[in-house]
Amino acid sequence: MSDLRCDISMTVNGEAVHETVDARQTLVDFLREQLVLTGSHVGCEHGVCGACTVRVNGLIVRGCLMLAAQCEGAKVETIEGVSDTGEIADLQDAFERRNALQCGFCTPGMLLTAQELLASGGVPSREKIREHISGNYCRCTGYHAIVDAIEAVAQARNGVKP
Amino acid sequence: MKIVDDSPPILTALDRPNSYIGRAVPRPNIARLTQGRAQYVSDVTLPRMAHVAFVRSPHAHAKINSIDAAAAKKAPGVIAVVTGAELSKMITPWVGVLTHLKGIKSAPQHAIAVDRACWAGEAVCAVVARTRAEAEDGCELVQIDYEELAAVTDPETALDPATPVIHPSLGDNLTFERVHVAGDPDKGFAEADEVIETTFVFGRHTGVTNEPRSIVADWNPGDQRMTVYQGTQAPHMMQNLFAKHLGLQEHQVRVITKDVGGSFGIKVHTYADEMAAVALSKLLRRPIKFVADRIESFVTDIHARDHRVKARIGIKNDGSITAWEIDDLTGIGPYSVYPRTSGIEANQVVNLTGGPYTCGNYKARARVVFQNKNVMCQYRAVGHPIATAVTEGLVELAAAKIGMDPLEIRRRNLIPDDAHPSQGPSGIKYEALSNHEALAHLDAMMNYAGLRAEQERLRKQGIYRGIGFASFVEVTNPSAAFYGVGGARISAQDGATVRLDSTGAIFCHIGVSEQGQGAEAVVAQCVASSFGVPMDKVRVIMGDTDNTPYGGGTWASRAAGIGGEAAWQAGKALRQNVLAVAGSILQAKPETLDISNGVVVDKGSNTERIGLDEVARIAYFRPDTLPAGVQAELVATRHYVPRQWAFSFTNGIQASWLEVDTDSGFVTLLKHWCVEDCGTVINPQLVDEQVRGGVVQGIGAALFEHCQYDARGQLLNGNMADYLVPMAVEMPDIEVGHVVTPTADSELGAKGAGEAGTAGAPGSVMNAINDALRPLGAVPLTDMPFTPDKILRALGKV
Repeated sequence: MSDLRCDISMTVNGEAVHETVDARQTLVDFLREQLVLTGSHVGCEHGVCGACTVRVNGLIVRGCLMLAAQCEGAKVETIEGVSDTGEIADLQDAFERRNALQCGFCTPGMLLTAQELLASGGVPSREKIREHISGNYCRCTGYHAIVDAIEAVAQARNGVKP
Repeated sequence: MKIVDDSPPILTALDRPNSYIGRAVPRPNIARLTQGRAQYVSDVTLPRMAHVAFVRSPHAHAKINSIDAAAAKKAPGVIAVVTGAELSKMITPWVGVLTHLKGIKSAPQHAIAVDRACWAGEAVCAVVARTRAEAEDGCELVQIDYEELAAVTDPETALDPATPVIHPSLGDNLTFERVHVAGDPDKGFAEADEVIETTFVFGRHTGVTNEPRSIVADWNPGDQRMTVYQGTQAPHMMQNLFAKHLGLQEHQVRVITKDVGGSFGIKVHTYADEMAAVALSKLLRRPIKFVADRIESFVTDIHARDHRVKARIGIKNDGSITAWEIDDLTGIGPYSVYPRTSGIEANQVVNLTGGPYTCGNYKARARVVFQNKNVMCQYRAVGHPIATAVTEGLVELAAAKIGMDPLEIRRRNLIPDDAHPSQGPSGIKYEALSNHEALAHLDAMMNYAGLRAEQERLRKQGIYRGIGFASFVEVTNPSAAFYGVGGARISAQDGATVRLDSTGAIFCHIGVSEQGQGAEAVVAQCVASSFGVPMDKVRVIMGDTDNTPYGGGTWASRAAGIGGEAAWQAGKALRQNVLAVAGSILQAKPETLDISNGVVVDKGSNTERIGLDEVARIAYFRPDTLPAGVQAELVATRHYVPRQWAFSFTNGIQASWLEVDTDSGFVTLLKHWCVEDCGTVINPQLVDEQVRGGVVQGIGAALFEHCQYDARGQLLNGNMADYLVPMAVEMPDIEVGHVVTPTADSELGAKGAGEAGTAGAPGSVMNAINDALRPLGAVPLTDMPFTPDKILRALGKV
């Protein structure tokens, strides 16, 4: 039973949010159900699949392992917000052109994870890319095209010819 | 027969100037997926919607003596608590049998268990509440008095007289049995120089779709209609089943399928909890949402495989195969799954074993037995990985026995590419296969000789790498022979309706649906090409039984071959209709006109005559200016079903290159290759990605995935932390090559490609592991998944 409710304030995709939540509510459930931001997905609910990946204060987190109440005062970004700012437009374009997604359920989390790697700079090796996205489960693609897309964007951002 | 670089090239209808066939164009509308703007069923919210959670049996087999719902009914947010007995007044039970699988039997299955639970995880009571969390809270308050019954869990003893019969009315635990003998297997084995015999075991695994099964059912008493938002592969099939079991007419049910978060055969079956959600909506007269959580997915999504195959092969010292024999035993849980049955996979194993080879001396028995475990049914590449791993495992063991190269033994036994039409050992009919060309292509692609030299060099350094192959045939484009002849109302045909809009763009409504494979792209490519417009002028509408022609949906790799052909033909038909109107406007004979790049042109010279937007404007808004008697029909429908061949059999070969750490037993995949012949390649990029995704699912089966049960029928690893799935870091790069042998059954010539990767990967990985360990004298590994401890045991290290 949930008797405990909390008032929380945070910024979500640049907008101020003031809500009352169950203390037990996860961040991803809060985003999906209360704010109706359905871009982050619920896959396994125990931190393995990465479909719920969102950014909190600039770092990617598992939305299913963090409580909404923990985000008091935080800056939260979801795929909707990151898409609208254009921050990952090149990465999204590469995923689309290379068909680095099929059902697309993992894609928002995969993109945010990839962006974290790319933002750290340089052109990572294919092994490094595979390692970095190894917390994001994709059942459809076989990962090869995802690695291709991330590698291509890393090269482009660093002015490296493939 | 083959499209190669012949000179001069044969020009076909596919070679129109603006043809998209064969081009790796990006899928339309996938930006919605990359931007988080998709609409999966789990995203759907409706006014007055309530959520259901289920109390599920903790026992594999138990009598339900009583259910006390009093406390749950008073819990905050709870709207209703409904038992199986109560819900059975709203929805009738079903039995998963097909008449063409002779002798198959099953028992009636209820939406919610009535009186008895038959597996750990079966729903025994529903709690409906304002939120899912409140529904789950309510579930904890339901008191159920169970009387635990003996659980049947071991397929090997399921038929013993001492084993309890799960459904006493059926007499025994045998669901289905098929015996098949072809040629003269006894003579074949007698003629062999060597007979290799072993037992292959394929663990239970499951689909682990990223989005769990999800449904929102909305009964509207005002218009007496049920609208169901469901992540299904077969909307029209589900429309029929919801109507049938709720006592409605089909036209009273609408099934809407938008984005689906993975399916792979998991979402093509009838699930009791989804049927319950639909019945609860009718009972409670409001929308009901059910989204399985991950634990529910593991204990209720259909499981797959779970075969034990005793198998042997006869071989002569010159490498010729003389006979095959298999004895397959598979456990399917307590019910044959409705409506496709849980007998199809074992049937498929009998059909496909020995498939690509000339030797027709073949003896097979398949038995399917009931168990008190979760239900088992068709998952991607139904039966293929079993048949392929058994066949190819035997072939490589035979090659090792007589000291022959594994590619050479295949060259000596694969059905010659010019021998078709032909038939496999089970009697299945092949229109045309290209096993030898695929093998030659693979040989070159992977630099086989170079790889063997590298393997030999590394062995001297104590590094054990292996190369394994798997040739396969793949069943795609199923005709009515798959389900229809058995009495299931699953459409083998598909239809496409195309319509010119008032600005010159095309709407295409089609029965196949999008699961992420890119069916929408393939359909748009076909329509754009056959009608004559740029692809961005085509809007494809799928997944809505109110608004698409009746069709089968997307399964068994039918979307491109069947849906694509229907779309292609519909585009052609609309072109004729549009040219008839354009001819009337231009006072020209329609046969002198054509449509190219969205404009009506003079045929041959491509001189522009009139835009499609202008044709539409006149037809729709100024038909008074058309000559008397001219009625513009700017819409056309065409249907397609394969008729000449029961299936489009495709073929290919895979190779795996991996390294085994002989101290830890860990396998590192280094590279994987697949050469596939899916006939006409409509979109090479989509085919490559289908193959790659399939390969990884097959690798998962070979190395990681296993639904582990204890002897009492408890699933021990029902979560993604304990049930291992392939993640990026363990997977190799996967190279895909193509051979093209179009089917003559359709104008496009496209066959399916979705099963190929999953069909061949487990066998090729198995063979590669055994190849790596052969110099160490390891016992050949034939028990999937090949975990480190099994490898260390084979090496005698533990």
